[in-house]
Amino acid sequence: MEPTSILAPGPGGQPAELPAADLSASRAQRSSARRERLTVLVKRPAFLVGAAVMIFWIVCAILGERITPYDPYNGFSLGRQPPSLEHLFGTDRIGRDVLSRVMVGSRDVLIVAPLAALLGVLLGTSLGLVMGFYRGIVDDVLSRIVEAFLALPVILVALLTLVVLGSSSIVVVFVVGILFAPIVARTVRSAVLSERQLDYVEAARLRGESGLYILSREIFPNVLGPTIVELTVRFGYAIFTVATLSFLGVGLQPPSPDWGLSVSQEYTNMISGIWWPTFFPALAIASTVIAINLIADSLQSVLSE
Amino acid sequence: MTTMIDLPPGAPVPPGDHAALRVEDLSLSYIVRGIARPVLRGVTFEIKPGESYGLVGESGCGKSTTAYAAVRYLARNARITGGRIFIDGSDMTTMSEDRLREFRMRHASMVYQDPGAALNPTTKVGPQVIEAFAVLGESRPVAEAHALEALERVQIADPRRVMQRYPHQLSGGMQQRIVIAMALASDPKLLVLDEPTTGLDATVEASVLDLVRSLQGETNAAILLIAHNLGVIRSVCDRVGVMYAGKIVEEGDAAAVFDKPQHPYTLALLRSLPRHGIRKSQRALATIPGSLPPVGATLPACVFVDRCPLATEICRTIDPPPVDLGDGRTSKCHHIDRLPELTEAPARAGAEHAEQGGAALELSGLSKTFHQGGHSVPALVGIDLTIHDGETLGLVGESGSGKSTLARTILGIERPDAGGGLELDSHQLAGRSTDRPTEDKRSIQMVFQNPESALNRGWTARRILARSVRKLTGLRGKAIDKRVDELAANLRLSQQHLDLKPRQLSGGLKQRLAIARAFAGDPRIVVADEPTSALDVSVQAAILNVLSDLQVENKTSYLLISHDLGVVRYLADRIAVMYLGRIMEVGDSEVVFRGPNHPYTEALLSAIPKVDGEPGARIRLGGEIPSPANPPSGCVFHTRCHRFMKGICEVTEPPLIEVEPGHQMRCHIPVEELRRLQAEARRSDEVLTTPPEALEAAEATAENDPA
Repeated sequence: MEPTSILAPGPGGQPAELPAADLSASRAQRSSARRERLTVLVKRPAFLVGAAVMIFWIVCAILGERITPYDPYNGFSLGRQPPSLEHLFGTDRIGRDVLSRVMVGSRDVLIVAPLAALLGVLLGTSLGLVMGFYRGIVDDVLSRIVEAFLALPVILVALLTLVVLGSSSIVVVFVVGILFAPIVARTVRSAVLSERQLDYVEAARLRGESGLYILSREIFPNVLGPTIVELTVRFGYAIFTVATLSFLGVGLQPPSPDWGLSVSQEYTNMISGIWWPTFFPALAIASTVIAINLIADSLQSVLSE
Repeated sequence: MTTMIDLPPGAPVPPGDHAALRVEDLSLSYIVRGIARPVLRGVTFEIKPGESYGLVGESGCGKSTTAYAAVRYLARNARITGGRIFIDGSDMTTMSEDRLREFRMRHASMVYQDPGAALNPTTKVGPQVIEAFAVLGESRPVAEAHALEALERVQIADPRRVMQRYPHQLSGGMQQRIVIAMALASDPKLLVLDEPTTGLDATVEASVLDLVRSLQGETNAAILLIAHNLGVIRSVCDRVGVMYAGKIVEEGDAAAVFDKPQHPYTLALLRSLPRHGIRKSQRALATIPGSLPPVGATLPACVFVDRCPLATEICRTIDPPPVDLGDGRTSKCHHIDRLPELTEAPARAGAEHAEQGGAALELSGLSKTFHQGGHSVPALVGIDLTIHDGETLGLVGESGSGKSTLARTILGIERPDAGGGLELDSHQLAGRSTDRPTEDKRSIQMVFQNPESALNRGWTARRILARSVRKLTGLRGKAIDKRVDELAANLRLSQQHLDLKPRQLSGGLKQRLAIARAFAGDPRIVVADEPTSALDVSVQAAILNVLSDLQVENKTSYLLISHDLGVVRYLADRIAVMYLGRIMEVGDSEVVFRGPNHPYTEALLSAIPKVDGEPGARIRLGGEIPSPANPPSGCVFHTRCHRFMKGICEVTEPPLIEVEPGHQMRCHIPVEELRRLQAEARRSDEVLTTPPEALEAAEATAENDPA
């Protein structure tokens, strides 16, 4: 028994005749509404931290070798040196600078993961829109298929597919994207379901709009918020998945400095105390995923306000 | 566990204080993003033990906040910025959280709008009521005995059986009774009721209000009642406070305040209500210019000054002090003596503007049956109804009577059963709107109850209108813009409004936009499903005026669905009364309100709490609305009818016959007999109820329920 409705805005007061002063106010309100949202977003510390981390990795990915202290591919010096002033993150088993490799290692994952997430969200959103809107037999059939997909372990299926099709970045994008689609579809479906309860959908039908029009022009823009949030969340998961696939050896191939791949090549040396070639790429993966989740959380709470 | 609450230190009892609740100059703000937004601006009132006090006002005026503040049950971002609250002499504002909880448990109870949400859905009713007593420290058997007693006290006929039920198995009225029983468990000093009957049907509302009234006599609890419905307040409360923008602007004896308001706001509020049986042809409703100040606005000295026709310079500079008018009445206004200057809206030129035209829409033998899990549920049964050119047909009946289904069937949202006739201008309409040609879609449009939901929040007003014009009229290019401007002008929406999205428009403007959309294709018939029930009273008046003007200009016919008989009486030329998917009575509006009526209509009319306090027959229906899946035999109303005749009513269903010119009814009792009986009922003070043999018949029916 919480007094939930205390601040809920009621129907509010209505002018019988509209005073002109009200108008300029509401106009200003409109232009400021979007700006205010942005201000609220930028004011969130979580968002700022997430954005800073992401910007750092994106800059690394774009500038790559131009800003790394050493050549990440061929800058051989003494192998397995612990972190020092010379090599802040130490060197790997064949003497390449770990810091340089971690910096450049963001490149592949930041191309492959967003593409995979984008593909997953595109497919999933289309599927979710159709499921939520048409309901009935269409929803029943598609829902069962989606559930079947959801029952499959993503990594295992991706692993098998990549083994069969051969590993290349494009295949990774497609496999991860398709595996993510059902998850996105479910989120979008539930958003569409609550949206289509609203009377404006009925009103559109009463003036003779087709289902496709209602779906694409009336409903879709209103479920864009959850879709964008879903995109950021999937992006985070995609980084994980891509890194895992590289670790398992079916993602990116050597001599790529990809984080997952680096971990996989170096982790056996952990046992002999050589932790840095494994630790720093792993930290990079974690920082990116956490940063994206911080951004997604902030977006979600700002969009749902 | 303590048994008595002693006074906290530092909170001396004001000498000679006998008030159950006393609120002194209470100010409260909500902190929104670090900014304090004032909601209450010095609220002062008190309630004596055994007295009932009503707070009225439009949404956002702070009446609910006041009620929650009284028991200090506030949202986390609420800050009391000044003033004090005493319940039975204890200062609520200085209590610690723990003491507060203990204090509320023993001395103050609240009842909310939705009883379904107040009860635990996974637990049977019995244990929940017993728990209410057990927390007070009673042993199990004592608590159980008290629980039974409590349920009897709230007039639940068979408490033992009810205690075995889950909340969802009980009707809304029954649930609210149980919540009230639990609230009274501690024999509280203060009982706060926040819109206790808002979600309930009229006949159920009437009996819950009766209960509140009778409890008031039995207990010594002070009652604080919050309601937006002025009739509810008048029928229950001894005294009333009228709130506006966080202040009580007028206070006094309920009947006196409503009959002879002494503040410009109260006066305007009452005049914006359709009452005293006035009709659209007689007078436009008064509207209050301007709009309610938004929550947290900075306001001039007198909070109502921006909308007050009497305002002068002094109102902006000096906060009007409460003027004592005797008999406990106060009004915060500098210009009480000038109130007579506020005259009512002039009478409308032109008498009855709805002279009966030809039939626009004709329904004959229209039925609609839903199929649910193997059962067929007849929602509409053989509806014969005509809507004439340019008239308003009011459709009334309680929830589940099939009003909305009828509207949806006419609109083609639901497909009627085969065999029924649905003719627009003498041609049969296709069952589904998707199968209807554009011309037919254009001709029948709808205004929804909630403009919030009916308008796409992502679209601008202009786009919403333009799209409807394009689809319904076939106009293209510049012609669309021209038509949109024309519609906007008719509904008094400005060009600036057209560039805004719904959420930037106020509730009233949104509903106007929705009405403009319905009129995009110059419809023949507009179905309006509770078009004003989501709006405040002063806004409702403007919308009713607009609807009535549009009808005169365009000769449009309306099918108006409303539970508010004042609204129906104002706008409707004819009225159809529905019960369990059947038309029970149809007739001219005046005839239906004057009677003789079908007994169901009679009960419905008597159940409405009236702002004017007019005396009338008191009829309280027993039983509950039967399930449409298993309608009673004979006359479907016999299980609740206070004029039940054994041997006839439960055997044969009476046909809908014309009892006088233009007045049809479905009842076995001859109309002259009804006329005599109803005149008698109006004169007597006795409460008419459903006779026991009718209720027995209801039980028998319920047991045969296939569901």
